[in-house]
Amino acid sequence: MLDFLRQPWPWYIAGPLIGSTVPALLILGNKSFGISSSLRHICAACLPANIPFFNYDWKKEVWNLFFVFGILLGGAVAIGFLSNPNPVEVNPNLAVELAGYGITNYNNLVPEDIMNWQVLFSLKGFLVMVVGGFLVGFGTRYAGGCTSGHAIMGLSNLQWPSLVATICFMAGGFIMANLVLPHILAL
Amino acid sequence: MKNQENTDFETRSLDSACINESQLTHHWYHNIKYLLVGILFGIVFVKSEVVSWFRIQEMFRLQSFHMYGIIGSAILVGMFSIWLIKRFDIKTIYGEKIEFHSKSFNKGQIFGGLIFGFGWAITGACPGPLFAQIGTGATVIIVTLLSAIAGTWFYGLLRDKFPH
Repeated sequence: MLDFLRQPWPWYIAGPLIGSTVPALLILGNKSFGISSSLRHICAACLPANIPFFNYDWKKEVWNLFFVFGILLGGAVAIGFLSNPNPVEVNPNLAVELAGYGITNYNNLVPEDIMNWQVLFSLKGFLVMVVGGFLVGFGTRYAGGCTSGHAIMGLSNLQWPSLVATICFMAGGFIMANLVLPHILAL
Repeated sequence: MKNQENTDFETRSLDSACINESQLTHHWYHNIKYLLVGILFGIVFVKSEVVSWFRIQEMFRLQSFHMYGIIGSAILVGMFSIWLIKRFDIKTIYGEKIEFHSKSFNKGQIFGGLIFGFGWAITGACPGPLFAQIGTGATVIIVTLLSAIAGTWFYGLLRDKFPH
């Protein structure tokens, strides 16, 4: 059993489990599934700076911060007790492409060759970790949600604006991954 | 915990995700249950490799069905469960009626959506996976998370200047 749990879980197990977060949060306390809002609550709690967008009662939404802190702990539990001893398996075509950029370490879910504290202070590391993170935080709030709030919660509730957002997430990702990111990784 | 009146309906109407519909006030420890859901969610995130930069690269190169299977089946389960909740008027564990929000369209879903897509492909993470990655011991992702918080703050600062 433990051996089975240590293997990477297939999509048909993980997808329904992720989807069932939607009714779990609704039934536990009328909470709409969404994660990027936590970033806004952190702004509202730590640095509201009299900006109207952050001037609201963030304590009412504190459940969301408990939820994301749980995600962090869950990551630690999964690595500590259920970690997969084998490297991440990827499509051979991707492995060939990434090897061209010097990415050959598949020991972690995060590519250590381009995401570590030393690389952070290079142009490549700055673009990948700092600029990339900024785009995630800015874009999700501008769009009013991320993969959880729009793609999963919004589409589950048949909201067409969420379909527009999801299509744009994917379009942006395809453009970046295929047309721009190769130049960043080649730096 | 005192429940104050929310005064920012205008900004919240643009916000789709994560709205606390509960009118009840609880002691803080009632939030432990969300922590537990988060832990389970984080375990699934890591074990299914959704939080892996490599899986996101495969997805955006159409090299694997894995991520499409996960997101697609998650949406189907979410859809079916919301249908069940509406159909049978299922209540919360506190007996409250479950509320749903309609999302109104604005241009932010296009511009913001594209910008988030760029960031998703670079970092290999949406906001949830950032937290999970830090939990797995990738401490440098704390910088990415702080930068994402800065991005949200920057949006809040200048949101009147952007088209909506």
